[in-house]
Amino acid sequence: MTEAIRIEGLHKSFGDLEVLRGLNLQVDDHEVVCLIGASGSGKSTLLRCIDLLEPVDAGRIWIEGDEVTAAGVDPNAVRRRIGIVFQAFNLFPHMTVMRNVTLAQEKALDRSSAEARAKATELLTRFGLSDKADDYPDRLSGGQQQRVAIARALALDPDVMLLDEVTSALDPVLVAEVLDAIRELAGAGMTMVIATHEMGFARDVAHRVAFLEDGRILEQGAPEQMFTGPREAATRTFLDRIIAAGRM
Amino acid sequence: MSEPEVFSPMGTPGLDPRFPRGDRRSKILGGGSARTTWVAVLSTVVFFTVAGLLIVRSTGWPEVRQSFFDAEEFRYAFPEIVQKFGWNVFIFCVAEVLVLALALLIAVLRSLPGPVFAPLRILAAGYTDIFRGVPTILVIAMFGFGMPALQLKGLPNSDLVWAILSLTLVYSAYVAEVYRAGIESIHPSQVAAARSLGLTRGQALRHVVLPQAVRRVIPPLLNDFIGLQKDSALIAFLGFTEALQRARIIQANDFNFTPYVALALIYLCITIPQTRLVDWLIARERTKRQGGAEL
Repeated sequence: MTEAIRIEGLHKSFGDLEVLRGLNLQVDDHEVVCLIGASGSGKSTLLRCIDLLEPVDAGRIWIEGDEVTAAGVDPNAVRRRIGIVFQAFNLFPHMTVMRNVTLAQEKALDRSSAEARAKATELLTRFGLSDKADDYPDRLSGGQQQRVAIARALALDPDVMLLDEVTSALDPVLVAEVLDAIRELAGAGMTMVIATHEMGFARDVAHRVAFLEDGRILEQGAPEQMFTGPREAATRTFLDRIIAAGRM
Repeated sequence: MSEPEVFSPMGTPGLDPRFPRGDRRSKILGGGSARTTWVAVLSTVVFFTVAGLLIVRSTGWPEVRQSFFDAEEFRYAFPEIVQKFGWNVFIFCVAEVLVLALALLIAVLRSLPGPVFAPLRILAAGYTDIFRGVPTILVIAMFGFGMPALQLKGLPNSDLVWAILSLTLVYSAYVAEVYRAGIESIHPSQVAAARSLGLTRGQALRHVVLPQAVRRVIPPLLNDFIGLQKDSALIAFLGFTEALQRARIIQANDFNFTPYVALALIYLCITIPQTRLVDWLIARERTKRQGGAEL
């Protein structure tokens, strides 16, 4: 198996707040890794650093063997290889669903508009949105918007997908349709790093679960092992709280 | 729908039964039941009758009527002034197009991030400070009298050119601030989403930030344009014969101020529809936002 992502000694602070403190992580091709941990443990920051949306303070990141934190790397070229989906969807409200999915294909990948539309149509159909292509995002439910956001990221044929708590802003009845879309992606062999609070989903879809605490990965392992017999006391405390909150 | 259908004290248009959607007149008259409408009509009639009588029965009224509201003078002056008002229309139309472009450039310069662009940001900020801080008529005087006085080869000598340039410079400073407010009102997550798709900073600005920002600032931008249209009269200061200058000449010849009233009416004919348009755009934006928030 080849390595999709490799992270060594990642440090990131916001002012005095040290969010990531020497984090290491490897993700193999076609692997699905779920990041779990309390809010503020650094999950989102980690994903944003991988996509170079936040400049890292120290440490190195490789994507498919290429170091992206090296000097002289074009961050735009890196971001084209990585798809990221945000908690708040962040669709472009002044564009139709179709345009949301074709814009970056045309502007960042120089695809022809016919090519971009074909790709978008294929993806929207795959996620059950083919009848929404000409609607504006505010006509769509949260679950539909988030599926458009996933399609928009996938349209650039990324090597890896980063999902940042993509169901946290959704009405509970809409969570399932988004999780199903992600399951389908995992089944198709997409490499994914997923920050999530949906423990049942993590257990179900992840090949590996990593528990973040204090800006490091405290413990990681197969979902069964992590959820039934975590080694670290902190992991146990976190999972107990999640169970008490009825989230598992 | 999250809003209660019965009573909303903030007067949500379309939801509050007291204010049927888009019915401005009933809102001004207090809106709603037949009784409140009658009270509104009655108090309005009484107020304007009393005010009118006070004016008409004042000692100076006959003289004022003669020098400001002379029908014959009006019939003569009105077409003369309308004809010259064509210059004002030309001046503000050209200036508005130039303002749209120059103001956008200044706003974008001022929004550039990073230490490298500090000089451009300072230039843009200085520009807006200076031209918003000086009376428009002084800018017109300085450019209109000063530039031709330099007698530099290649510089145009026309009052018209310098007047248009002055108005453009002044109003670009105001409109740049309007644009900038629009740019800053776009949530940073929109830029993050655009950049995450591999778009460059410029592409994110051009395709994601500016289209949304410009749409949001259309009403305040039109307000500034109404100001610009009125200030096109300041060009009379340079002696250029546009509508105000023409009115002034007629007034001086005939010792009668009716031409000024005529010009005021011409201005109202173009500004009031625009003001209504701005109101309508703002109201539409508000209902659209509330509609969008329902999901």
